[in-house]
Amino acid sequence: MSGAAIILKALQDQGVEVVFGYPGGAVLPIYDELFKTNAVRHILVRHEQAAVHAAEGYARSTGKVGVVLVTSGPGATNAVTGLTDALMDSIPVVCLTGQVPTHLIGNDAFQEADTTGITRPCTKHNYLVKEPGQLARVMHEAFYVASHGRPGPVVIDLPKDILFADCPYVEADQVETKSYRPQVKGDSDAVERAVDLIAKAKRPIFYGGGGLINAGPKASRLFTEFVRKTGYPATLTLMGLGALPYTDKRFLGMLGMHGTFEANWAMHECDVMVCIGARFDDRVTGRLSDFAPNAKKIHVDIDPSSINKNVAVDIPIVGDAGSVLEQMLAVWKAKGCKPDEAALAKWWKMIDGWRARKCLAYRPDDDVILPQHAIRRLFEKTRDMDCYITTEVGQHQMWAAQYYGFSEPNRWMTSGGLGTMGYGFPAAMGVQIAHPDALVIDIAGEASFLMNMQELSTMRQYNLPVKAFILNNQWMGMVRQWQELVHGGRYSESYSAALPDFVKLADAFGGVGLRATKPSELDDVIDEMIRTPQPVIADILVKQDENCFPMIPSGAAHHEMILGPEDQAERRTSEEGMVLV
Amino acid sequence: MIKTDMPIERHTIAVLVANEPGVLARVIGLFSGRGYNIESLTVSEVDEVNARSRITIVTSGTPMVIEQIKAQLSRLVPVYDVHDLTLEGPHVSRELALVKIRNVGEQRIEALRIADTFRARAIDSTLESFVFELTGDTGKLDAFVDLMAALGDVEVSRTGVVAIARGSDLQMPLVRKKPARRKSKASAGAGDD
Ligand SMILES: Cc1ncc(C[n+]2csc(CCOP(=O)(O)OP(=O)(O)O)c2C)c(N)n1
Ligand SMILES: [Mg+2]
Repeated sequence: MSGAAIILKALQDQGVEVVFGYPGGAVLPIYDELFKTNAVRHILVRHEQAAVHAAEGYARSTGKVGVVLVTSGPGATNAVTGLTDALMDSIPVVCLTGQVPTHLIGNDAFQEADTTGITRPCTKHNYLVKEPGQLARVMHEAFYVASHGRPGPVVIDLPKDILFADCPYVEADQVETKSYRPQVKGDSDAVERAVDLIAKAKRPIFYGGGGLINAGPKASRLFTEFVRKTGYPATLTLMGLGALPYTDKRFLGMLGMHGTFEANWAMHECDVMVCIGARFDDRVTGRLSDFAPNAKKIHVDIDPSSINKNVAVDIPIVGDAGSVLEQMLAVWKAKGCKPDEAALAKWWKMIDGWRARKCLAYRPDDDVILPQHAIRRLFEKTRDMDCYITTEVGQHQMWAAQYYGFSEPNRWMTSGGLGTMGYGFPAAMGVQIAHPDALVIDIAGEASFLMNMQELSTMRQYNLPVKAFILNNQWMGMVRQWQELVHGGRYSESYSAALPDFVKLADAFGGVGLRATKPSELDDVIDEMIRTPQPVIADILVKQDENCFPMIPSGAAHHEMILGPEDQAERRTSEEGMVLV
Repeated sequence: MIKTDMPIERHTIAVLVANEPGVLARVIGLFSGRGYNIESLTVSEVDEVNARSRITIVTSGTPMVIEQIKAQLSRLVPVYDVHDLTLEGPHVSRELALVKIRNVGEQRIEALRIADTFRARAIDSTLESFVFELTGDTGKLDAFVDLMAALGDVEVSRTGVVAIARGSDLQMPLVRKKPARRKSKASAGAGDD
């Protein structure tokens, strides 16, 4: 078989249904094979970055590996942002890149780039296939590496001569990766000590992250079960939203820089912290020296390098979130553990005090659409539907996390680690491919949307009725907010000047454009957007200078969070805080 | 975590990796990308049958950073095993240096005498120069180089540190299939000269 045929056979054997790609000289043999065999569905994107984000959206909404196919040189370099995004958020992606023939590698040949060199730091692993005999093994191993342990992107660089060469096929089950063997089950001793600590806690908190989502829906079910069994409060990171239903009264909302007052204060005051599948990211911890000063910390993570990286913990447990939760629950039941009800009641009283501050409340406005209100209305109208939400990056992303509630995992796709503007629209495209009948909405900012809006053309081609719900504040709002808070209101280059007419833009691409300019129009526009069976851009003109609160100013700690504009005058960002991103 | 009050320690770490293209770049990229120190790094294939190389890294950092380094190394796909020799017990470490010295004039005998005390061997000589070969720990090599540099013009080539645990335990043994295990007890001698 030719190398190209091997690739398609391996994709089929790995259960791949769809590939997001863009052709070019170096990968033509693969495209030829696609043409001849029709073995795998190919979605022709309009930019390689979008191909990777689409694969990410597909992966995050299904739990499967997303697959990308791009050409050498510019095709590969365009994919780099997407790969880095997938690495930071631990998303399983296999990206096939074309390469010049082996005998030309290193000669600065046309469209040559050192793809393995460029992508080494932004992939979990990468391969350059130089021997026809290696091709099938590498294909299978790439899927294994992408999806096992902490998931991530894997690049396979494919010189063109390999695609023509006669290659042997090996079945997936013949391929064994000897070196990479991540630990799935937690150390039972540590699990037991952890459960003892959890049972004895007076002011406990569960802190769950994206690892719960990556570990599959079972992990979220077990997490929910554990939270309910103990009656302990729980918070989730931006990546973990959906692991516990937002309706659960034990859910304190998201934590971190724009998390809720009650979640952050509970983190600060807790005596036992149970971190599962989260990584003590700087957006979550605030100033480390004041992070949860009195807490004993348990940390469950599949990646040993996440443990004791930012925060020293008392009981580290390396393992898959789902497996370890199962172990913990078994021990909890076997030992007949009971929470300390008296202490817990006191703890909840404290928490209810913080809750009573109603940190997400906003004053209704009849003249101008408040962004928070727009999300709230969108949520009210879609909460009972089969709905998936992606976002871009900025204020709208944080408002979406705060005001949209998720009842299940895999329904919320946002660029957390890298914070990639332009992520949400192509990611929504990947979600829609995986879930053709679902309602898929990209909650966007007008600036972010412009970064990958070319994908409207792809959506038109494949009849993907993705909705872009743009909170158009005519500013790079998050940048403007930081300039207001930290840089004396000097709004350097953060105004979204010369914006296109988004309604006409939708029209030009063969989609449908809608616009709401005042609160009274909002509901109708949302209704019509939901009803429309085509791609839609809903241009929601929102209050321009609204800031995103509550907020932990950079360099501050959880208990120093500010609730709103009234607070902010009193607090100046410290010099150490200024240098933080 | 930026904790300045923690002591900086030096550790010698042995890493068994697949001998495949790019593996060294991965390890070095990890150190540069995450801001870890490399004081010495050596690599060579140690198991041709299974294509395994052993990398010895001498690095320094706070205990937390050292733990990070080991965890980060362990999760690289082509890495089989990581051992912190400093932590796991006594170990021996050696480095080899080739030191060329020139223009010593009447100090020629002095150079030879110093070489003798350091058990360095002259493996090349001309009327105005020597090349000495010397093995030992890093400190011994440093001292020798300093003395030579005081006597004349010096050029130095050093291998960097290789290390192995003391005692009878094999931390990362060669893997040989049964039939390949021959009786020959021959220790691979240096066999140069
Ligand atoms: C690719 C990229 N470039 C720059 C940034 C920095 N950045 C973060 S938020 C933001 C502004 C986003 O503006 P918009 O999409 O309109 O969202 P808003 O904050 O107004 O809701 C910028 C420029 C980024 N996150 N990603
Ligand atoms: Mg904006």
